[in-house]
Amino acid sequence: MTTESMSIFSPQLAAKFDALVQKYPLKRSALIPMLLYSQDEIGYLSDAVIDEVAERIGITPLDVRNVASYYSMLRFKPVGKYNVQVCTNISCMLRGAYDLFEHLEEKLGIGHKGVTADGLFSLEEVECIGVCCWAPAIQVNYDFHDDLTNDKVDAVLDTYRAKDKGESANA
Amino acid sequence: MPKLVSHPDEVKIISRRFGMGATDIDRYIELGGYESAKKALAEGSEWIINEMKASGLRGRGGAGFPTGLKWSFVPKQSAKPKYVLVNGDESEPGTCKDHLIFLHDPHSVIEGTIIAGLAIGSKMGFIYLRGEYRYLIQIMEKAVADAYAKGYLGTNIFGSETEFQVVVQTGAGAYEVGEESALMESLEGKRGVPRIKPPFPAVVGLYGGPTVINNAETIAAVPHILAMGGPAYAAVGSERNGGTRLFGLSGHVNNPGIYELPMGYNLHKMIYEVGGGIRGGRKLKAVVPGGSSTPVLLPNEIENLGMDFDQVGKAGSMLGSGAVVVIDDQTCIVEFALRTISFYAHESCGWCIPCREGTDWLKKSLTRFHAGFGTIKDIDNIQYLAENMMGRTFCPLGDAAAMPTLGFVKKFRKEFEDHLDGKSCPYAKHLEVALV
Repeated sequence: MTTESMSIFSPQLAAKFDALVQKYPLKRSALIPMLLYSQDEIGYLSDAVIDEVAERIGITPLDVRNVASYYSMLRFKPVGKYNVQVCTNISCMLRGAYDLFEHLEEKLGIGHKGVTADGLFSLEEVECIGVCCWAPAIQVNYDFHDDLTNDKVDAVLDTYRAKDKGESANA
Repeated sequence: MPKLVSHPDEVKIISRRFGMGATDIDRYIELGGYESAKKALAEGSEWIINEMKASGLRGRGGAGFPTGLKWSFVPKQSAKPKYVLVNGDESEPGTCKDHLIFLHDPHSVIEGTIIAGLAIGSKMGFIYLRGEYRYLIQIMEKAVADAYAKGYLGTNIFGSETEFQVVVQTGAGAYEVGEESALMESLEGKRGVPRIKPPFPAVVGLYGGPTVINNAETIAAVPHILAMGGPAYAAVGSERNGGTRLFGLSGHVNNPGIYELPMGYNLHKMIYEVGGGIRGGRKLKAVVPGGSSTPVLLPNEIENLGMDFDQVGKAGSMLGSGAVVVIDDQTCIVEFALRTISFYAHESCGWCIPCREGTDWLKKSLTRFHAGFGTIKDIDNIQYLAENMMGRTFCPLGDAAAMPTLGFVKKFRKEFEDHLDGKSCPYAKHLEVALV
């Protein structure tokens, strides 16, 4: 599938995928990156995403689901526009990650894997994200925020609220 | 943005270019970059492997296998293409050293990959980063594109008519993929379930070809070793442990961060001088010396402990990924053990029953125990379960879960007993509340 009109992805992403499958000795090696990049654009692995990725790689949709279900970053349901992922593993825990998580639950009014009513934020407790020496840390979508306190994390949430407002004003 | 720290005892080899703008290829070259790759091209495979053997460099992922020896195992002749695979899946809790390498010195990883390729006669390398490191993947991809533009990668590298291609690959969240054969599975677009060994990757690896897999820190050390010479690198470290290591101090220290110290550096000194001692003037209770899978050490065990693979091994633990997690005297060890096992239960791929069931049962037992519903028999059961996971799985994840659990139960039995018979946890649940 190389024609843009048939793709559910943007022309840029479709072109990226056309190139990606050429990069490896085996086409299938493109599968995991392709799923992650699809999710970045569409929000989650919808049936349509899985079908198109399967066709591009040349495997069955069932095979794609089997692989996708293994990886913790891949999801089959949408999350908030800003997915707040709080690491509570040992290094972060020792520096107050659970307090931070509870504070965020209270601030956002949602629990683990919850999404706010306006769809702006979702919250998730995650395993180690590799920011241990600058703990406690969170990741909002792909952006890291480290050395946090409750006050600092409030400011972080505000920057995303402002970002969203700016985007809707420009839209 | 991760903060860079520094201490006078540091010997900056791998971290030499950190904070100096070396993500820019011209700056990297100005700082001596890509000279080692050129030298490696001129001198050839045997010379590279001999320098690596002389350097005493041992795998920085945690196993500590001598890198030069590993490279020498790859057959010279092979019907199938050979591959270099760089493991940047960095997921062992406590570990964030590769994060800084990708952030500050991406070209050192590319240069090390080229050299590894020349050493084993490979034309293609993969640099695999965990999916969470998206901004670092973008840095690496830009660095690779710049290296192609300069002709340092491609079909005619450095004008030598030698081919070497590099592909940067993203993961999508899986600790298990840090295991070498699971990493190859993931790179082939499959679930990250480990393979049965033998055959070992040096013989049958990625796409069935002979493959060398090295940790990103190991690979980043390679250009520096060739620049300074193997013996000079070895001289920096301790006996049979060449060079330096990016030690990660985290937890209850005053100055957490990544410090590059010689192998064999005293752990007590690392915590009290380099790390500035325990936060809030508290006392040290325990140290996890090399990432969450390594058995805990007590304060009296670290007094004269040199941080290298052999000395930490002798002390009953492992140097692992060099991630030192410092625990103060207000921390509940049962809770710490529970958080550790919860991680392994979450990450177990489910293939081997002792790991899949064992991690889950340990998590359940410790959850109940921490909540005050444990019985004296549970302590022995936890130990029995953990002992029966050891060595009974195809990959080291089962051991990685069992080893720390055994350490906690054996060394802190009294603290487990303090939780018995409906007694609530004797420690404040949340440290920060007590601290601030």
